[in-house]
Amino acid sequence: MILKTKGYAVGVEEPLVMIATRYTSRLVSDDYCLISDSLYDEDVYTVSQDSSDKQYKGIFNVKSTSHICEGDIICLRKDGYVQTLYRVNSSNNVLFVTGRCNSNCLMCSQPPIDKDDIDFWFHINMKLITLIPKNCPELGISGGEPSLLGDKLFQMISLIKEELPVTEIHMLTNGRMFSYDQFAESLARINSPRIMLGIPLYSDYYQDHDYIVQTKDAYFQTLMGITNLKRYGIRIELRIVLNKLTVGRLDKLARFICANLSNVDKVAFMGMEMVGRANTNNKELWVNPVSYMIQLKNALEILASRKIVAQIYNLPLCFIPQEMWYATVKSISDWKNVLPTECNGCLVMDKCPGFFQSNTKEFNLINPILELNSSDE
Amino acid sequence: MNKEVSVAKIRDFRRHKEYKEFDQASNGYSLMPFNFYRVDDTTEVIINEVGDFLYVKKGTAEKIITRKLSKRDEPDLYADLIANFFISEHIYSPNIDILAARIRTKKLFLESFTSLHIFVITLRCDHTCSYCQVSRVTQNRDIFDMKREYLDKGIDFMMKSPNPCVTMEFQGGEALLAFDQIKYAIAKVESLAPIYGKKVSYVICTNLALINEEILEYCKSHQILISASLDGPKEVHDRNRNKLGASSYELAVRGIEMSQNILGKDRVSALMTTTLHSLKYPKEIVDEYFKRDFGGVFLRNISPYGFALRTEEARYQTDEFLDFYKVALDHIIEYNKQGFFFVEHFSQILLTKILTPYNVGFVDMQSPAGLINGVIVFNYNGKVYATDESRMLGEQNDYSFMLGDLVDDTYDEIVYGEKAQKIAQVWANESLAGCSDCPFQVYCGADPVHHWATQGDIYGYRPTSSFCQKSKGVISHLFKLMREDNEAKKILESWVRI
Repeated sequence: MILKTKGYAVGVEEPLVMIATRYTSRLVSDDYCLISDSLYDEDVYTVSQDSSDKQYKGIFNVKSTSHICEGDIICLRKDGYVQTLYRVNSSNNVLFVTGRCNSNCLMCSQPPIDKDDIDFWFHINMKLITLIPKNCPELGISGGEPSLLGDKLFQMISLIKEELPVTEIHMLTNGRMFSYDQFAESLARINSPRIMLGIPLYSDYYQDHDYIVQTKDAYFQTLMGITNLKRYGIRIELRIVLNKLTVGRLDKLARFICANLSNVDKVAFMGMEMVGRANTNNKELWVNPVSYMIQLKNALEILASRKIVAQIYNLPLCFIPQEMWYATVKSISDWKNVLPTECNGCLVMDKCPGFFQSNTKEFNLINPILELNSSDE
Repeated sequence: MNKEVSVAKIRDFRRHKEYKEFDQASNGYSLMPFNFYRVDDTTEVIINEVGDFLYVKKGTAEKIITRKLSKRDEPDLYADLIANFFISEHIYSPNIDILAARIRTKKLFLESFTSLHIFVITLRCDHTCSYCQVSRVTQNRDIFDMKREYLDKGIDFMMKSPNPCVTMEFQGGEALLAFDQIKYAIAKVESLAPIYGKKVSYVICTNLALINEEILEYCKSHQILISASLDGPKEVHDRNRNKLGASSYELAVRGIEMSQNILGKDRVSALMTTTLHSLKYPKEIVDEYFKRDFGGVFLRNISPYGFALRTEEARYQTDEFLDFYKVALDHIIEYNKQGFFFVEHFSQILLTKILTPYNVGFVDMQSPAGLINGVIVFNYNGKVYATDESRMLGEQNDYSFMLGDLVDDTYDEIVYGEKAQKIAQVWANESLAGCSDCPFQVYCGADPVHHWATQGDIYGYRPTSSFCQKSKGVISHLFKLMREDNEAKKILESWVRI
């Protein structure tokens, strides 16, 4: 799926965040820019309101515009890039807030960029939030590490609460900044009932977690962050990435959660996306998912006995025993979700979470389900 | 900070680090509070301050304490101990806030104070049970009913409890002999409860000999729970519980069936009392409860009070009760293995304390003790007692646990009076000799009344305490069972309700 394209910028200084339209009548509003795709060239441009002397500014001779739908929100940059920030036909929209991160996870799919881009993205996102359709069901906040925005993060979430009151907010964070109680309190003070934080926890044992995150004290800080957040009643989803380093203590982690973190709202066991650092560290991380199904089943049972909601993300149904299918979720963002040709003939393709398009290494393990046990539909 | 330094710092942060670089152990490890118990010849169980436990090889506790545990040689065990608050590599565990939350969770039952209010509405009874805790008086003496004045005061007292949810339990004698008083009391409470913002549950304890449809329809419309007495099959029940000219068992069974039909099975429960005679019939008693569709049974032992102390029949060694309990529990587990969900309630309570971070408001086994904190008793004559058993001592002219009088004393004088303060000094097992260093302390409780009645000392002497013997016996049996029999372990775990 294309999310970015390039052309020649004219008159673009600051990044322009605008709603894409193919109807000139919409250009009466400053918020819109015109997608003009003719046979010869494709342009994305806007007309300034100084109608005495019409000024056109935008990106011209763009490589492709066919991926841009009516109502998508895009960003025009002075280096010629046209970036899609929001897609109206997708339920997986995410606000990217920074490439920086204070952790260093071995399997990071979005390796951090140590450049201060916080202000750059802050201005873009604050404009973007005002343009997003009010009926957007869910909006993610991700990066990098969103909590590095400090006070700007709370300004952003407050604006989402104001502009998009019915939109659920799902923020991915390592939770470490919330070990400062005032930071957790600031989030709570926004008083939005629609926030959920997705926080990874990889082991009950500090050294294992710290090694995977490649940061000293990350475990203690994350736990303290969760404790503080829970004191303010913020909803939390614990995320456990399944790889060779985490499956060994999976049932012990489940028991730890039942004893010490039983007030989390959800636990998600996640198949690993083999992109970025996960690829580089593949030898240390990758393990055939079929081989850890027993540990996963035990962990699910332990959590179920304490009535903690537990789900399996990002794993296809043919890797999972049928008795665990109830826990699976179609969680892979649409723009990177594939069902390879090896799946042909499978009876449950419509229910399957599918694969990350980058997990090609696993495609030869696909086993199309050709018959179902009578206990399932 | 100049640019070169910050660039170097970032580069070092992003460098791939080995596992051992994240080791925070410097000078060995510190011990956190924990204890241990030998389950059998090869296995110990170590238990931490909040009740988390690990089965380990025999000798492990000693190894940990004498610092012979090596992180390098036993990395998995070491990791288990760090993660579960047995040892720490820092003087204060960085997770101490989590531990604090755990301790608060274990004591959450205290948050709301007194919930169970027992009203002994009459001493009159139509039975003459051999172990009767209540001084029984024949039916003809109406002076042994609770006067309206005392009922009113008792209800006022109940409304003053800080707990938004309270239970009003009618006992006797035979409570149904004073059914009119019960109706009066419930009508009064129903009018007061919304004003005080209280949610009230009602229970009537009865032998069911006098039950009829009219009474049951009343119970249904006011959502009253029935707590019946059923000691076992006929040969056990009738031997323990005498009704002149009839079979108490047959009346009880008829009453149970009628109650279940009209109120529904979830609103009718039964309690058994164990006597020397009962001890011979563990399986039969379980079968009887299974047949009556109660979904479970509470294997209770006899309290050493009331007529029990005077009746030879009711004296027996706690060891014999434990044997009875083990056979009955095995039989119950067999039913579960065959696919029937049938619970032993005392074990269920203990398992909730052992297997979850939560506690159960079970007044006989909590620390601080259940008396006043969880339960209070109003006698027919207006006297206020700390527990059921305290009232029985009162009937034998031992007023050690009589806290006051409903008419003469205020709520504060009763609840915070001198007697209450004296009992408060011995009601937390964290500070009782023999309890404070017991591995099962966090699962158990304190019972000053029991120790006063059996040993003449509210503090209690643990080595000869039958309360301790019973608790330890049952808890250690559960640990052994969960270790030896994996199927039983799964069944026991399935009983836990949170």
